[in-house]
Amino acid sequence: MSGNGARDGRDETSGSAADGDLSGRLERLGAQLDAKRPSAEHGSSPGGQQSGQSSAIGLAFRLSAEFVAGVLAGGILGWLVDRLVGTAPWGLIVCLILGFAAGMLNLLRATGAVKPVRPNGR
Amino acid sequence: MASPIEQFEIKPIIPALGFTNSSLFMVGGVALIVGGLLYATRNRSVVPDRFQAGAEILHDFVAGTLTDAAGRDGMKFFPFVFSLFMFVLTLNLVGLIPGFFTVTSHIIVTFALAALVIGTVIVYGLMRHGTHFLGLFVPSGVPVWLLPFIVVIEIISFISRPISLSLRLFANMLAGHIALKVFGGFVVALGGAGALAVLAPLPLLMAVALTALEFLVAGLQAYVFTVLTCIYLNDAIHPGH
Repeated sequence: MSGNGARDGRDETSGSAADGDLSGRLERLGAQLDAKRPSAEHGSSPGGQQSGQSSAIGLAFRLSAEFVAGVLAGGILGWLVDRLVGTAPWGLIVCLILGFAAGMLNLLRATGAVKPVRPNGR
Repeated sequence: MASPIEQFEIKPIIPALGFTNSSLFMVGGVALIVGGLLYATRNRSVVPDRFQAGAEILHDFVAGTLTDAAGRDGMKFFPFVFSLFMFVLTLNLVGLIPGFFTVTSHIIVTFALAALVIGTVIVYGLMRHGTHFLGLFVPSGVPVWLLPFIVVIEIISFISRPISLSLRLFANMLAGHIALKVFGGFVVALGGAGALAVLAPLPLLMAVALTALEFLVAGLQAYVFTVLTCIYLNDAIHPGH
């Protein structure tokens, strides 16, 4: 039954190649799986709070890594500039500040507050 | 009681070759991956048996992630991404077996993987798009007087990608294993503390819960690593869309 509905939907949306066909089918399958998954998870594990907590930890790790990486990259770059050009300590100072800015940019991009350089292709 | 850091110690096994326990587990992990996949694909029937089905699920999962992030063109990087995913996932999971060494809890390993990714992105991006690839660092719609700062910040942001990629995997694995070890240590310490021994099951329960969480984190971090790899590869394939 659902197969029938799916076929109708396909005919309406596209007079297109097998490519669009396949991706459309995969998308629908993905949507169906998504519909199944959360309920299955809730059924199997009573620790809903546990998973919420772990995703919060994951988010914290992710965001802190983004920020620290920005500062670190700025620091390394500044240190290298100083070493190669001999402008110590100005390269390090300036690049650390720029690295701080880059870390903030990473952070805001990771949280979605600033849009990425370009919209992600697909 | 053993220190929680002791588990990360690198011990030479064949000093002459620089072969350490880390190398041993990397070789073991690769052998496990190759052996497992060869075993899974030994029959290659239309109706897969359970091992072949598992291998197919892994393949489709990585292929789906890659095409979602980098489009159809991204599939030429499939062998690379699949190897990375399997390597990280296997070594994360192998590290959870008590007494085993966790290769991915060393930042030099994760950084080498991330450097490989970003190296591929830069080389492929420059090869295929030439200077157009550098447009990645020049966002559109920025006032001219601001441009030098923005470009430098974008470049630093780009350099920070392999660092954050490696840092995230490393920090997750390190923190998880230390937490497990610390709670395990609490069980022993409380067990030997006279009347307080009645409390000993509490950290034990926590250790059990943490083990489950660590399995989640091991899979999740391998996935996150793969997704970010795909997103970065997308920059190399379609810069400045």
